[in-house]
Amino acid sequence: MSVMLRVSNIEVVYSEVILVLQGMSLEVPEGRIVTLLGANGAGKTTTLKAISALLRSENGRITDGTIEFSGAIINRKEPENIVRDGIFQVMEGRRIFKSLTVTENLLVGAHLRRDRERINFDIDTVFNYFPRLRERHRQTAGHLSGGEQQMLAIGRALMARPKLMLLDEPSLGLASLLVREIFEIIMRINRDEGITILLVEQNANLALQVADYGYIMEGGRVVLAGDCETLRNNPDVKEFYLGHSDRGKKSFKEVKHYQRRKRWLS
Amino acid sequence: MDFFLQLLVSGVVVGSIYALVALGFVLIYKVTRVINFAQGEFLMVGAYVCLALVAQLQLPFWIAFLMTMAVSVGLGLLIERLALRPMLGQPIIAIIMLTIGLSSVLKCAVLVIWGPNNRAYPQIFSQVPIHLGSVVISQVYLWSVGFAVLFLGLFTLFFRYSNAGMAMRAVADDQQAALSMGISLKKVFAMAWCIAFLVASVGGVFLGNINVVNVSLGFFGMKVFPAAVLGGLDSIPGAIVGGLSIGLIEALSGGYLDPLVGGGSKEVIPFIVLVIILMVKPYGLFGRAASAKV
Ligand SMILES: Nc1ncnc2c1ncn2[C@@H]1O[C@H](COP(=O)(O)OP(=O)(O)OP(=O)(O)O)[C@@H](O)[C@H]1O
Ligand SMILES: [Mg+2]
Repeated sequence: MSVMLRVSNIEVVYSEVILVLQGMSLEVPEGRIVTLLGANGAGKTTTLKAISALLRSENGRITDGTIEFSGAIINRKEPENIVRDGIFQVMEGRRIFKSLTVTENLLVGAHLRRDRERINFDIDTVFNYFPRLRERHRQTAGHLSGGEQQMLAIGRALMARPKLMLLDEPSLGLASLLVREIFEIIMRINRDEGITILLVEQNANLALQVADYGYIMEGGRVVLAGDCETLRNNPDVKEFYLGHSDRGKKSFKEVKHYQRRKRWLS
Repeated sequence: MDFFLQLLVSGVVVGSIYALVALGFVLIYKVTRVINFAQGEFLMVGAYVCLALVAQLQLPFWIAFLMTMAVSVGLGLLIERLALRPMLGQPIIAIIMLTIGLSSVLKCAVLVIWGPNNRAYPQIFSQVPIHLGSVVISQVYLWSVGFAVLFLGLFTLFFRYSNAGMAMRAVADDQQAALSMGISLKKVFAMAWCIAFLVASVGGVFLGNINVVNVSLGFFGMKVFPAAVLGGLDSIPGAIVGGLSIGLIEALSGGYLDPLVGGGSKEVIPFIVLVIILMVKPYGLFGRAASAKV
């Protein structure tokens, strides 16, 4: 099992002064689902943007470390070349093109592809994953419901035929039934399309069920890593990330220490 | 009645040129959020370049016209590369000031190269007018409106169906999301400036054939601005409707009010109508409310 993506010891600074990531490292093996968990502000989105090169559009910069994709260093590439290499980020908050139709959004996802004949076939594949999008394919995307917009965002990513998909909080703001549906589709995409997935999630419970391997971030670096089975059974993770505990009461100091993390439980 | 129809026709002709030039202006605004105060000067440069090719180099008009289009695309590219791109990431207001500077530079360049005197195209279109029922239309008017409609149609199809056109609309919606699709903002911005220069030049060539050519063609930009604002600033169909409306308002006020007030009303009335419409619909006829926050 080869490593597809290797982030080694990166440091990221916004606006030349705000240090957000420090010594951040992770690996994503080919064909797997890896999840990246952590409290608000831990630096998860920043990590994804460092990989997809979207950092620069926010005046962020990788000041140290390397990012390797399939053996080549990609730190300094433009976003379009990252997409060409086969990495596609589904940004937090869906970010669909509101004034374009559903089909047009999908076509924009295929922007860099030149195999026009296959694109229609792939639109059909996306509609098979998300039948609700097929029904609404001529509708302006801004009028879709939140869940449908998330489906469109994932479908649009599929249209790029990426090797690695970076998913930033796909469950954000969705009803729990829909969250399950989306997660099932993420697993199918991984299994049937052979797309490797790096999944950032607030819903640690679900993320640790669908992923093979997990990283937990805090303050701009990884504090805990392991396969999901192990993480699920880790007492700290159980208490602070999965919302149940089989240990006794913690000392006040420890509780205080974890309060910030607790905010994103549930 | 005939007088009215006659005014209507000339309003539509001039309005279609406004619409074409406004399309470029709106495109730049949609894609880059820059208000391009040099759009009128783009038109002026187009009129002069084609005139130079026809009158000084003695080229056949249609060849000169094609070459003018090529030169315009080149100039659009050059301006984006040398003036706008280094300003990427700067406050929009600074870039808008830059376009005001650009308009002066273009005006000066034209004055230096061709001097301040009025120039005229040699007669290109037959002067035998065409009779449509009781309305008489000169051939240059027909060609103008034909080409304006042709280009408006082509660009509408381009934005709707082509890969590049969709990318431009995607950038207009959400720049960062467009980046994440692998769309090159630099290419899209460059394309917007090229198209803006191109449509302005086409308008300039026909306007130059209808009227004389001098530096005041640049003031045409002052008319394109209300046309674009009327349509909603970020709407391409809006630019078309806005351009036609301003053309019609101008022609009708020129025809009916000028004899009463002694001239000049066609310079003023379009702006008065603009103010009234903006009082009722602050974001223009087709504008989106969100875009006005920028
Ligand atoms: N463009 C930016 N400029 C300056 N600081 C930023 C920028 N983007 C993020 N930050 C800061 O970097 C830190 C990490 O942000 P990031 O968005 O990566 O966190 P996150 O783990 O994705 O959080 P969340 O779970 O809330 O999405 C935060 O403290 C945030 O304020
Ligand atoms: Mg985030």
